[in-house]
Amino acid sequence: MSESRTLQSPWAGSLRVLSLGPRRARGRFTYVGKVSVATCVAMILLWWIAAWLEVAPAMFLPSPLAVAAKFVAVWRDGFQDATLSQHLFASLGRVVAALAGAIVFGVILGFAMNLSETARGIVEPLLEFYRPIPPLAYLPLVIIWFGIGEFAKILVIFLGILPSVLIATNDGLKSISRDMVNAARSLGASRLQVVLLVLLPYALPSILTGTRIGLGTGWATLVAAELVAATQGLGFMIKGAADFLVTDVVILGILVIAAAAIVMELGLRLVQRTLAPWQGHQ
Amino acid sequence: MTTLAIRDVIVRYGADSDETVTALDRVSLTIEPGSFVVALGASGCGKTTLLNLMAGFLRPTSGVATFDGRPIEGPSSERGVVFQHGALMPWLNVIDNVAFGLRLKGVPRRDRHQRARGILRLVGLEGMEERRIWQLSGGMRQRVGVARALTADPDVLLMDEPLGALDALTREQMQELILDIWARTKKSVFFITHGIDEAVFMASKLLVMSPRPGRVVASIDLAFGRQFTEGAKAGEVKAQPEFIVTRERVKQLVFSSRQLAEGAL
Ligand SMILES: Nc1ncnc2c1ncn2[C@@H]1O[C@H](COP(=O)(O)OP(=O)(O)OP(=O)(O)O)[C@@H](O)[C@H]1O
Ligand SMILES: [Mg+2]
Repeated sequence: MSESRTLQSPWAGSLRVLSLGPRRARGRFTYVGKVSVATCVAMILLWWIAAWLEVAPAMFLPSPLAVAAKFVAVWRDGFQDATLSQHLFASLGRVVAALAGAIVFGVILGFAMNLSETARGIVEPLLEFYRPIPPLAYLPLVIIWFGIGEFAKILVIFLGILPSVLIATNDGLKSISRDMVNAARSLGASRLQVVLLVLLPYALPSILTGTRIGLGTGWATLVAAELVAATQGLGFMIKGAADFLVTDVVILGILVIAAAAIVMELGLRLVQRTLAPWQGHQ
Repeated sequence: MTTLAIRDVIVRYGADSDETVTALDRVSLTIEPGSFVVALGASGCGKTTLLNLMAGFLRPTSGVATFDGRPIEGPSSERGVVFQHGALMPWLNVIDNVAFGLRLKGVPRRDRHQRARGILRLVGLEGMEERRIWQLSGGMRQRVGVARALTADPDVLLMDEPLGALDALTREQMQELILDIWARTKKSVFFITHGIDEAVFMASKLLVMSPRPGRVVASIDLAFGRQFTEGAKAGEVKAQPEFIVTRERVKQLVFSSRQLAEGAL
């Protein structure tokens, strides 16, 4: 590790594909990992110093310690009639349900678009129409049409995730070489076998990448989804805290969302490495 | 056994754009049952196009391709293909790539792995069963491609430069292996190569092709491969004066057809 470090610029690792040098074998903690941890520590320090210098009143900029204390308090006593773990699991449940739905629909529609011109003609305009619209804009419609229940909340998050999965699936399939499909067909594959045994495994890395990107959007639409008629959830908690200017709970909510999203992202990366180890090797 | 025939085929690429390429111009040929047809010719003379036609990956612009008297409508497991660029499946390891055709037919895992293992041994890849495709050298990949086509046991084998990336020694071993399998199973083979020595040694019928437009300029019946499968040593076959004379003649043919094409440019 240290030997190759002296030979390469500090960016060589992150620009592996671009750099012409040989790949470095990975250690327990990668160079990137170390820099990432250092960045986080630096951010917290900066925050701490800013709060300590009272750049802004403590009401607007609570110190990390105050937020940590709030974490313990909300964990134990709750905020707005629910404990932190209840808020967390309410939101987590919604995001996971929406994600599952988005994967199923995104993959099916992505395949349909590739296999049938008719399906492409139907899906493409609808997708491109709603995709750029902010969730807050169509939230009222969703509530008017689907009520204020759990379904409407999951639907909003689902709509946020769907395009990433769908587009990634579609794009992944487009890049398959004709030879690969022809190889299967000349070995006797039926259309269904081509779809299940060639296209699906081929698209898997793209599907997982789309899922990771979509997950980010999903968490981002959480607050919108929990804006109306929620009694639990991190988005609801943040909204409630913001209304009463409880800044430390707002920051706490943000940090918990970030933590949950990061854990899921790392989990998905692990899944991707396990299920699609050939990625980048083609 | 079945005959594969191409009649007056023209293939034009990009017919709807300004840059049309006539990849094949009025090509006719027949692959008789049990024959070993080798296509030899400069890069870009339409060899892969011809193979795609036979495999059913491509429809001719005009003319017909028939198999067993019926027009070829699409790919079929009767006609196995070894691809110029491998076309292996990176999500499968070596043995599952080789056994893929059997999996499609619903052969149980144990049986298909046993068959695949046998073929892998033939092509000199025993011990590589669990390797990932990207962990193989170019020559190993080509042999996996050959093994995959062999395992599916088609009537006709269509091979697009299957030995191009092999070292000289392995290449000769593979030539002998393919000839052996051909003689034993009485399959028909269509084999594309750039190697003049290889072409003359293996072919029962040698097609010399010329580029721009792609044409078959000569069709020569040969029997050196037969001599080998009937017991002669490969080295002895290739040391005969007839072999050397034929090889030089074919070299002249390939060379002059290329000059002709360059003159036409
Ligand atoms: N899909 C395509 N679209 C347009 N032109 C093509 C296409 N495939 C092949 N061609 C052109 O047709 C001609 C014949 O190509 P082909 O691949 O059959 O040659 P080849 O004899 O197999 O060459 P090589 O020995 O280099 O593999 C070439 O001029 C090539 O540029
Ligand atoms: Mg070719």
